Amino acid sequence: MSTDVQPTSRARAQASGSPQEAVLRVRDLRMSYGATEVLRGVDLTARRGEVIALLGPNGAGKTTTIEILEGFRRRSSGEVEVLGHDPERGDEAWRSRIGVVLQSWRDHGAWRVHELIQHFGRFHAPFSAPWRVRPHDTDALLETVGLTEHAHKRLRALSGGQRRRVDVALGIVGRPELLFLDEPTAGFDPVARREFHDLVHRLADEDDTTILLTTHDLDEAEKLADRILILAGGVIVADGSADQLSSLVARESEVTWSAGGRRHVHSTSAPARHVAELYAEHGEDVTDLRVTRPSLEDVYMAMVRRYESGDAESAAAEFVRGIR
Amino acid sequence: MNARVNAVRAGLSRGWTEFRLSFTNAQELFSGYLLMPAVFVVLAVILGGERMAGTDTSAGATTMAMGITMHMAILGLMTVAQVLGTEREDGTLLRARATPHGMLGYGVAKTGHVLGMSVVAVLLMLVPGTLLVDGFALRGLTGALTLLWVFLLAMLALAPIGAILGATLSNPRTGVGLLVIPVMGLVGISGVMFPITFMPGWVQSLAQVFPVYWIGLGVRASLLPADHVALELTGTWQLPQVAGVLTLWAVVGFAVAQWVLRRMARRESGSRVQAARERAMKRAY
Repeated sequence: MSTDVQPTSRARAQASGSPQEAVLRVRDLRMSYGATEVLRGVDLTARRGEVIALLGPNGAGKTTTIEILEGFRRRSSGEVEVLGHDPERGDEAWRSRIGVVLQSWRDHGAWRVHELIQHFGRFHAPFSAPWRVRPHDTDALLETVGLTEHAHKRLRALSGGQRRRVDVALGIVGRPELLFLDEPTAGFDPVARREFHDLVHRLADEDDTTILLTTHDLDEAEKLADRILILAGGVIVADGSADQLSSLVARESEVTWSAGGRRHVHSTSAPARHVAELYAEHGEDVTDLRVTRPSLEDVYMAMVRRYESGDAESAAAEFVRGIR
Repeated sequence: MNARVNAVRAGLSRGWTEFRLSFTNAQELFSGYLLMPAVFVVLAVILGGERMAGTDTSAGATTMAMGITMHMAILGLMTVAQVLGTEREDGTLLRARATPHGMLGYGVAKTGHVLGMSVVAVLLMLVPGTLLVDGFALRGLTGALTLLWVFLLAMLALAPIGAILGATLSNPRTGVGLLVIPVMGLVGISGVMFPITFMPGWVQSLAQVFPVYWIGLGVRASLLPADHVALELTGTWQLPQVAGVLTLWAVVGFAVAQWVLRRMARRESGSRVQAARERAMKRAY
């Protein structure tokens, strides 16, 4: 890919320190269904090329948030700007810049994979631009999502994981600048999941696509996202990179090692010193050494637990203070 | 490249693909195309050349006219409702919504698909009927042209009603099953199965409000001998009224359907499709 047609690639912008444009801006987003308030003032911003994971327990409002941003649901109040437009009034040109990965089920069962992707790609052709050619070439896209050998199969003959890849291909066929993924890897086996993660990285790096995904899988959020948002009780209770979030919960790391045929575990806030002491004491006898810092799961559990004990606001304030 | 024109073209090719695919599905092939023609052609052959009282019309020919009218009613009302209801539930419509000008393409595709299907379905009655049923034939070029415009207006009048039903049914599968009752009731009072003069006066008036009576009249005008007109309500074929009433239904139906469909489409989202899917799983389909 030639780089001089893409003046603001993510790497360059980061290297030069130039401010990146915000493609997504949400302020005080609220949503009520009848008397139930699902979102109680969500704020979030996403910059170009950023990968953001939205985490949270069931019913926290992840899907509602994403559907409002996609323009599929009307919000109760708040300011929302997606690629410079209010999603409730987004026109067709705006639509062509957004990618939505929908969960297929039994739609288009009789269609063949290549035929279907080609068909949906056609709608994007009028919105092509020299710096962003739309749609993707169907064969190249099938290669990217690993469906080349299934190109001429009917959708109903595909496995669950293969169908999911068709969903992803349909979501990105128009080369979106912003891609929404609602639980993209639900039902994937480990290999499919790994391949999917590689694909997300490629989209963000090579195509400068901003990605907002929801997931239940903390490990996945940690691997994929530049920034993680935890949504609980209708507000964002944590916002930061996996490292930033982890550093907030507990300062203690866990050191495990084997010496003299026995396994040892020790919690410490100074793992480096502990390892040095171990080496001084046991020398080459220390094997299977591992240092584990607090995982994102610990952060997540702590946050959600605090929220459930009714302490969400103070917990959130504490986290935000910690990060900044 | 104009984005709307492009979407209409994509819609046309989608309609063609779906029309083509409708022949690869055994169930659709049987219930959508073959069942009704088979039933009515066999019935008409058995009833054969018996003459209707006081006319030159064979019982076979009236059976065929009845079959063709019923088939149009089922295609326009039930097939359209079912297709729309199903595609709303399975997420096809949501995909269209997530695509630039996707709803336009979808609308064009559905129109083409249903129209193509109906043409084939009517031909499947017309051709074997003409070959096998005693006394059944198009009444010359005039009859053929009459049948053509009656058919087109009938589909235009009925499809919006079908679309509204499909958009409002909460469960497309059982809902369409329940539709059989009102649709057959309407066909029953509309003089399709037997002359409407057998009905009490108020039923006759009621039937004339709905499009099915007028479709039946138009179909009989194009397929039955001239003296059969004596059995009709006014003793004439009333073709201008047929055209007028069907056009009115088409115009009003189209306006209302557009509003209902927009409303329905606005409400579609991933979680609604997901919820529909979970409901469907519980029904064990």
